[in-house]
Amino acid sequence: MQAQAPAVQSKSLFRSDAMQRLLAFGALIVLFIVFSLLSPNFLQFDNIVGILLATSVNGILALGVTFVIISGGIDLSVGTVMTLSAVMTGVFITMWGLPIPLGILAGLGTGALCGLVNGTVISRMKIPPFIATLGMFYISRGLALIFSGLKPVYFNDTPIFRDLAMGSILGAIIPGFDIPNAVLIMFGAALVAAFILNRTVLGRYTFAIGSNEEATRLSGVNVAFWKTSIYALCSAFAGLGGVVIASRLNSAQPALGAGYELDAIAAAVIGGTSLSGGEGTILGTVIGAFLISTLTNGLRILSVPQEWQIVVTGCILILAVFLDILRRRQR
Amino acid sequence: MKSLKFVAVLASLVAILGLLAACSPAQQAAVQQAAPTAAAAAKAVAPTVAAAAAAKTGDMYIPVISKGFQHQFWQAVKQGSEKAAKDLGVRITFEGPESESQVDKQIEMLQAAIDKKPAAICFAALDSKAAIPLLEKAKAANIPVIGFDSGVDSDIVKTTAATDNIAAAAAAADKMAALIGNEGEIAVIVHDQTSRTGIDRRDGFVNRIKEKYPNIKIVDIQYGGGDQLKSTDLAKAILQARPNLKGFFGANEGSIIGVLNAVKELKKEGKVVVIGYDSGKQQIDAIKAGTEAGAITQDPIGIGYKCVEAAVKAVKGETLPKTIDTGFHWYDKTNIDSDQIKPLLYN
Repeated sequence: MQAQAPAVQSKSLFRSDAMQRLLAFGALIVLFIVFSLLSPNFLQFDNIVGILLATSVNGILALGVTFVIISGGIDLSVGTVMTLSAVMTGVFITMWGLPIPLGILAGLGTGALCGLVNGTVISRMKIPPFIATLGMFYISRGLALIFSGLKPVYFNDTPIFRDLAMGSILGAIIPGFDIPNAVLIMFGAALVAAFILNRTVLGRYTFAIGSNEEATRLSGVNVAFWKTSIYALCSAFAGLGGVVIASRLNSAQPALGAGYELDAIAAAVIGGTSLSGGEGTILGTVIGAFLISTLTNGLRILSVPQEWQIVVTGCILILAVFLDILRRRQR
Repeated sequence: MKSLKFVAVLASLVAILGLLAACSPAQQAAVQQAAPTAAAAAKAVAPTVAAAAAAKTGDMYIPVISKGFQHQFWQAVKQGSEKAAKDLGVRITFEGPESESQVDKQIEMLQAAIDKKPAAICFAALDSKAAIPLLEKAKAANIPVIGFDSGVDSDIVKTTAATDNIAAAAAAADKMAALIGNEGEIAVIVHDQTSRTGIDRRDGFVNRIKEKYPNIKIVDIQYGGGDQLKSTDLAKAILQARPNLKGFFGANEGSIIGVLNAVKELKKEGKVVVIGYDSGKQQIDAIKAGTEAGAITQDPIGIGYKCVEAAVKAVKGETLPKTIDTGFHWYDKTNIDSDQIKPLLYN
């Protein structure tokens, strides 16, 4: 039983996987063509780098959220956990003068710890994920303000920290090809996420819990343990997002982050992750995140009034989920 | 069947975008024309050549990136910059993040604005330090940057069009002291403790009271995020805790509306001297009705107008002062409809 369920899952997964990739990727290509035709300023190296950079933080958050959503849960705290992680990185590096690698670990650790709390509250205290993570949304938001002393923490004494996200290793290898490291970090994180989701026990149980939690539990899996791990993993990605955003802005902004969880969830859902659990891919999520930032950037380049930009983003989100429903019906 | 539906949905997606683009065909054409001209102007080595090329302001494009876009105050700034654009024959766009904490979103807007190869950029930084690398990029591309409102804390900007918030809040403190007879307890609600305007207005007010009015005691300073509801709750709590409170200062529109709501809900109209900042319909009505003694208004329309005007001057190569003071005014029941004040107030 335990071995069977995941096997069936991964077979159907493969099919939906290929289809969804095609759809979301098709939409992304269409957007690129439309924007390129409408403005000569869209398809330019600097602007494409801008889009990639704008995707990086949301993409990293969305990677973690993908795990939680596949497991049938939701995480509303990723945005503010990201902020708290950024602040803790700032506290370690700037306030306490500790080495940069320790600061990065502090960011990741803060994230993982928040996730551990989320997972424990959800799986042991039986509080619904929506409420548990909403609680964490407030807690981490408040703690970010407290630890930062209510003002941004700047990394001015450690100029090298900024290079973590904004330097360009690629640019050093290939002159002129200055793609910021933040983008590489996102792709690296995506590879790690894909590996965990597709090749490890944690990934297999993520799908199993999302498809049928009760059956998974009855087949002898320690659901509480794995669920906690999933939330910890999700928040660890949020922690990584925090380190990247801190490096990008050269500061930890304590008031930032509320609302970012929705962008991350949108990216995962546009990428074909099913909100009812059991389905989703990392590649889909990455494409979903790109779709959102390409849309935002393109509309800006076209000087579409801002209020309309928001409306269009909403329409695209609904359209994307509608595509997903169409696909389901046909199966 | 499957692919048919897919095509249909994609087509509707394209249609939405097409519609949006069609909404502003003139703008599109203008962007496409403006881009090469601006680039040519930027590349021209001799400044006189650049000035001559840019003197035809008809195809000059200036993006204005503010700290917000949906609040009344920013809409008034937008109105001012649009007026300047019309008067000077340039084209502008106006945008800003949805909340004043979204530093990264604003950076992305700045990035996109630079990619559009504009003649100049007007920018009110949420966090100057975070924007510096992009501003350096603008500088390298010969795009002059004009700061406005809280401005940009860097010498890359040619000039900054802004209100002197410290002086303005100190003027509010003087009015407060006069109205409560130079003694008693007062409280303050500020929008936030991290932004430049929040800090300047709080310090401008508090320091003036401390320096000049030893018999006035500031019993509480609270932060409501500029959120009307939160500020209402805060103000109510303060009023209930301090029955002897004689005056209340709200440091921005959201804060003062919170104070007004609290005074009204606790039926303390007329018993507490309320002094506000900025304008907005609710505040104007309260001043006319007498529940609010008066307020400091900045000149948001002037801020918008002067920053675009300075941008045009910068493109033409004219020298600019380091700062452009856009001024502030005290207004109350007596002068609210005067020619001097009325144009500065927004509903």
